[in-house]
Amino acid sequence: MLKDNTSDVTVGEAVASHENQAVDQHFNFAYLDERTKRMIRRAILKAVAIPGYQVPFGSREMPLPYGWGTGGIQVTASVIGPHDILKVIDQGSDDTVNAVNIRRFFQRTTNVEITTQTQAATLIQTRHRIPEMALTEDQIIIYQVPVPEPMQRLEPRERETRSLHGLAEYGLMHVKLYEDIARYGHIATTYDYPVLVNHRYVMAPSPIPKFDNPKMHMNPALQLFGAGREKRIYAVPPYTSVESLGFEDYPFEIQRWDAPCELCGSRDSFLDEVITDDQGGRIFVCSDSNYCETQQNTVEQTAVTAAQSVLKDV
Amino acid sequence: MPVDKQSPILRATGLNKSYGDRAALIDASFELWPGEVLAIVGESGSGKTTLLNALAARDQPDSGSVEFHLKDGALTDIFKMTEAQRRLLARTDWGFVHQNSADGLRMEVSAGANVGERLMALGERHYGKIRATACDWLARVEIDPARIDDLPRHFSGGMRQRLQIARNLVTQPRLVFMDEPTSGLDVSVQAKLLDLLRQLTQHLGLASVIVTHDLAVARLLAHRMIVMRRGRIVETGLTDQVLDDPQHSYTQLLVSSVLQP
Amino acid sequence: MTTPVLRLTNVSKQFTLHHQGLTLPVLQNVNFEVAAGECVVLDGTSGMGKSTLLKLIYSNYRVSAGSIQYSQAGLVPLELTTASPRELIDVRRHHIGYVSQFLRVIPRISTLDLVAEPLLAELGNYEHAVKQAHDIASGWLTRLRIPERLWGLAPATFSGGEQQRVNIARSMIKPRSLLLLDEPTASLDALNTQTVVTLIQEAIAAGAAAVGIFHDQSVGNQLATRRIDMTNFRSITCAAQ
Repeated sequence: MLKDNTSDVTVGEAVASHENQAVDQHFNFAYLDERTKRMIRRAILKAVAIPGYQVPFGSREMPLPYGWGTGGIQVTASVIGPHDILKVIDQGSDDTVNAVNIRRFFQRTTNVEITTQTQAATLIQTRHRIPEMALTEDQIIIYQVPVPEPMQRLEPRERETRSLHGLAEYGLMHVKLYEDIARYGHIATTYDYPVLVNHRYVMAPSPIPKFDNPKMHMNPALQLFGAGREKRIYAVPPYTSVESLGFEDYPFEIQRWDAPCELCGSRDSFLDEVITDDQGGRIFVCSDSNYCETQQNTVEQTAVTAAQSVLKDV
Repeated sequence: MPVDKQSPILRATGLNKSYGDRAALIDASFELWPGEVLAIVGESGSGKTTLLNALAARDQPDSGSVEFHLKDGALTDIFKMTEAQRRLLARTDWGFVHQNSADGLRMEVSAGANVGERLMALGERHYGKIRATACDWLARVEIDPARIDDLPRHFSGGMRQRLQIARNLVTQPRLVFMDEPTSGLDVSVQAKLLDLLRQLTQHLGLASVIVTHDLAVARLLAHRMIVMRRGRIVETGLTDQVLDDPQHSYTQLLVSSVLQP
Repeated sequence: MTTPVLRLTNVSKQFTLHHQGLTLPVLQNVNFEVAAGECVVLDGTSGMGKSTLLKLIYSNYRVSAGSIQYSQAGLVPLELTTASPRELIDVRRHHIGYVSQFLRVIPRISTLDLVAEPLLAELGNYEHAVKQAHDIASGWLTRLRIPERLWGLAPATFSGGEQQRVNIARSMIKPRSLLLLDEPTASLDALNTQTVVTLIQEAIAAGAAAVGIFHDQSVGNQLATRRIDMTNFRSITCAAQ
C-alpha cells in the first residue's frame, strides 16, 4: 500500500534509486518459485495461528550463505507483492552491507519501491533491531533469526525442547535467568531476551536488544520471524501479548543511557556507542538511522521555523 | 486390628517385560503403602532395574499395570495417563535418585538452580524465595549453604548424591525411587548418605522403592524387601524376616554370601 | 473370659537349608496363651528354641505351620502368620515390643535421639513433640544410669552393659501391650539388673503381657507369673533332607 511520502529525499534513498535496475528476467518474481512461496505462506499461516510456536519449513537454498538472513529473505519473498514498499535495515541502519545487499536483491527480483522511511514502508525486513517509530496495522515486520530455539543453550536436544514447548514446561528458561542473577546480580541477557507470547509459548525474539522487547507487545503490525539455517518460521500476530520473562523481585528492565544521541538529542532511542579517539573518547548515536535523521530534520525544522519567525518579526 | 483403610500408594500387578527373546521381568506384583520403604534386591541381571523403570514410568512394560494413588484422587494406571500428566507427576509427587548423580543433576548450572528448578517449573517466580528454599534444602542434606552458587562438577561424589536428593525432595514428593543410591561411594560417605536417607524418609513419611545389591543398605533403610532372580520375585517380606529367616534357596545363598565384619 | 493377648496354636518351626541339603527341626506343637498382666518365662537349656520362639512371635522368623494370634482389647484379633507386611509393621510400631540382647547401632544417631525415636515416629516431628520425647527419653536414661555426658554420643563406643541399657530404654519407652524379652539383663550388673526388673514389673502392672527368656534364675523368679518348659515343644533331632 502506498504511503504519502512528503519528506525530503535522503542520501540513502538517492543511492538506492540510482541503483534501481530493471527486474532480472532469469528469476521468478521475488526469486522463489510460486510453489515454494505457497509452502512458506502455509507455514506462516500456521505460525500466525499459533503465536510463538516454531513451524518447520522447507528452507530453500538462497544466493547467500546461512547466517546472512536467508530465513528473513524467504519470508519477505513469500509475502512481497509488486505494490509493496520495502525497507531493509541491519542493526537499525539502512546503509550497512547486509541491508544494502538484501535490498538490492529484492530490487533485482521484484522492482518494488524501496524506502528508508519507516513510516513509508509496508514491509520491513530487519536484522537485530526494531525501528524506533511505532508501526501500524498496515505494516509487516520480518525478523532475521539465527537461533529460533530459546532453550538451545540449556537443552541442545530438539526432541526434548519440542516436548518442553508442547507441555509448556518452561522451568529451564527460568533456571537460566536464576543463574544470571546468582552469578552477576542481575539478569545478564541483554539481547535475544526470551519472551512469553500470548501467555503460552516462550519465544526467542531474535538478537534484538532487550530495549526493543516492549515494542513487540500489542504491536499493531504483523511480526514474522524466519530462520533459514534452522528451517523455522514463527510469528506474533497484531495486538498479541508479548511479555519478557523475569522474576517478581528481579523484573525485566530495559537499558538506559546517561547521555542523549549526539546527533539528534534523543533520550528515548537505542544508542550505539562510537569510540572517537584513542584516548577513550566516545559518543552515543541512535542505532536507528532513519529515526535519527527524522529527529534531526525535526530539530532543524523547528530551528529554521523559529529563526524565520524571528526574522519576520524584525 | 486398627489398620487404616487407606489405599496403597503404588500397586504393581503382573508386570512383564522382554527384550527380544530375553525375559527381563516376569509376573511381578506387589503393593506399597504410604511411608513404607521397599528394597528390591538382586544381583545383576535379576530384573530389579527393569522393575524400577517400569514402576517409575520410564519404560513401559509389555503387560501388567502400575497404579499410583494420586494426591487428590484414586489409584490410577500410570501408563493410561497422558505424557503431560506423567511428567508433572515426575516433577512434583515423585522423586528419582539416579545411581550416577550426573544423570540426575544439571551439571552446568549451580547447586541452587538445581534445587530450585522444580519450583521454577511449577511457577515460582520470586528469586529470593527460590534461593531461600534452596539454602534450606542444602542445609538439610548437609551441604554448606555457602556453596549454593557452586557447580556440581566441583562437588564430591557424596555431595552430588545429596544434592540430587535435595533436588528431588524440594517439592515434597510422596514417593521416591532410588537406583543404587550409594554405589560407587566411599564407605564413610555411604554411611552419611544412608543416614540422611533414613532420616528424611522417616521425617517426611516418604514411601520409597530402593534398588540395591547391598543387603546392608536394605537392612538399614527398608521396612520390606523383595528378592529378585532372573526376572522373578523369589521372596518377599519384612526386611528382617527375609534376611534372618530366608526361605528361598537363592535368598539363602545371597544372605550367606555377605561378608560379616 | 477376655481374649488372651497372645495365642499360639500348633506352631512348628523347622529351618530348611537348601544349600546344605538339611532340614533342622526346632519346634513343634507349640500351644499356649498369654493374657494381659502375665509374664510367661520360657525355661529350657540352650538350643531348645527359646529365642526362636520369641522371634516367631515377633514375625522375625516365619512359622512352618500353626497360628499365632495377637489380640488387643476391643479389636479384631490379628493372625500374625498371614498378616500383610503393612499390618506387621503397624503392630510392631504400636503394640509388640522386642527387647533383644543386642543393640542395633545405627551410625551417627545420638543416644538421646535413638531412645526418643519410637515416640517421635508417633508424634511426628513438631518441635514441641521432639522436646517432649527427649524429656521422656532423658528420664529413662537417667533411671538406667546412663551418664548425661553420653547422651549426645552415638552408642557405638559404649560398653556392652551401657549399650544394653540404651537398648532397653529404646525398646520400652513406648508402652506396649506385648513385650518379648530375650535375655534383657544378660550383660548387666546386679544394680542395673534390678532396675530393669522393676521396669518390666511396672510395664506388666500397667497391663502389658510379656514372654521372656532370662538366663538368671532369680530374675526369672521375680518376674514370672507362669513358667513354660520348652521341652514340651522339642522337635525330633536333625535329619538329612
